[in-house]
Amino acid sequence: MTRYASVLELIGNTPIVDVSHLSPSPTVTILAKLEGRNPAGSVKDRVAISLVEAAERDGRLVPGAPGQVLIEPSSGNTGIALAMVCRLRGYHLKVVLPTNVSPERRQLLQAWGAEIIESPGAEGSNGAVRLAQRLAGEHPEWIFLYQYANPANPLAHYTTTGPEILADVPEITHFVAGLGTSGTLMGVGRYLKEHKPGVQVWAVEPPSGEMVDGLRSLDDGYIPPVFTDNDGAALLDRKVVVRPRESIEWARRLTDVGLFVGISSGAIMAGAVKCANLVPEGESATIVTIACDDGWKYLSTGAWSDDIEDVVERARRIIYF
Amino acid sequence: MVALVRIPTVLRPATGGATVVSVEGSTIGEVLDALTATYPAIRGQLLNEDGTLHRFLNVYVNDDDVRYLGGVAAPVAADDEITLLPAVAGGAVS
Repeated sequence: MTRYASVLELIGNTPIVDVSHLSPSPTVTILAKLEGRNPAGSVKDRVAISLVEAAERDGRLVPGAPGQVLIEPSSGNTGIALAMVCRLRGYHLKVVLPTNVSPERRQLLQAWGAEIIESPGAEGSNGAVRLAQRLAGEHPEWIFLYQYANPANPLAHYTTTGPEILADVPEITHFVAGLGTSGTLMGVGRYLKEHKPGVQVWAVEPPSGEMVDGLRSLDDGYIPPVFTDNDGAALLDRKVVVRPRESIEWARRLTDVGLFVGISSGAIMAGAVKCANLVPEGESATIVTIACDDGWKYLSTGAWSDDIEDVVERARRIIYF
Repeated sequence: MVALVRIPTVLRPATGGATVVSVEGSTIGEVLDALTATYPAIRGQLLNEDGTLHRFLNVYVNDDDVRYLGGVAAPVAADDEITLLPAVAGGAVS
């Protein structure tokens, strides 16, 4: 099908491409699902439409009614995807955004008409979540979809991403994805484990690239309710952390297979390679990873062109993961 | 076994500003016990009263989260690098 009634019909059904050229083992296949093919450019398109349609189903949002306002904390892709969906549906979106995000993110939000509310950069994403919670409390007339706690977030992946992966790669042995709100891992992970027991689910903790001097103690920490509500600790088999340098190196290496993807996709690929290295020699495995978005929004970081030391240093000051 | 423990910014007041600390231990539990013996102020930040890990503390052995490797019983080998990171909304922070 090549003709669509709405751009929203372009969400999902993304292609999966073999990137085994980068696999450390000849018996381990690595496949990447290209979520940058979604219309607003990332895996978060699936989440945005799911959050909005769930709110429409329960009557919190009414398409076409005047004066409807949404508020959401996001350092990037969710805000951008929601901005696109809200523009089509006629809702006014306020995005709480840390001051130190990359300029591409700010401009994309503005392109789709979202209003930006700044939160302190030093407090990172935690600070954006806190400010959005406070503002939503002060304005009960605003709709707070709260992706970190909304079941429609993992549900989007349970009903679309998970089935797409299993249909395209029935031989899957491992699923590796990034841990942000944990929606992808909880939704896809649960679907795969229910339909193909034995599949291992690995989380990659991406480097935040934030300065978090605003964190006063560990008690200021945060675990998304989506993770605890889905018993994430039991669902995951393994969790690895990937550093900024490694993430950038793997984003660069992915161009060897023709992929120009974002830095968190580099982090996830680095995690997939760690996973591949633990497959016993001679044993075959098929790892599916998520390439969350394309590289365009990260060009201002110089990730592909500048000295890697400079890029890593920039990553300490700007949120672009 | 001597392991290196990397201390995040938020916990450095409890280690007198030290960023990397060398401690003995063959499990994560032993390493954290040794760390808290040297820096008693850090104990309440790392562990609950029953000895389990603080819920907002992630402990990595060579970049692998110990919660999926047996928790405080996770083994530590010589020259392993242990990283303590707070759990935050946007991912890990160093």
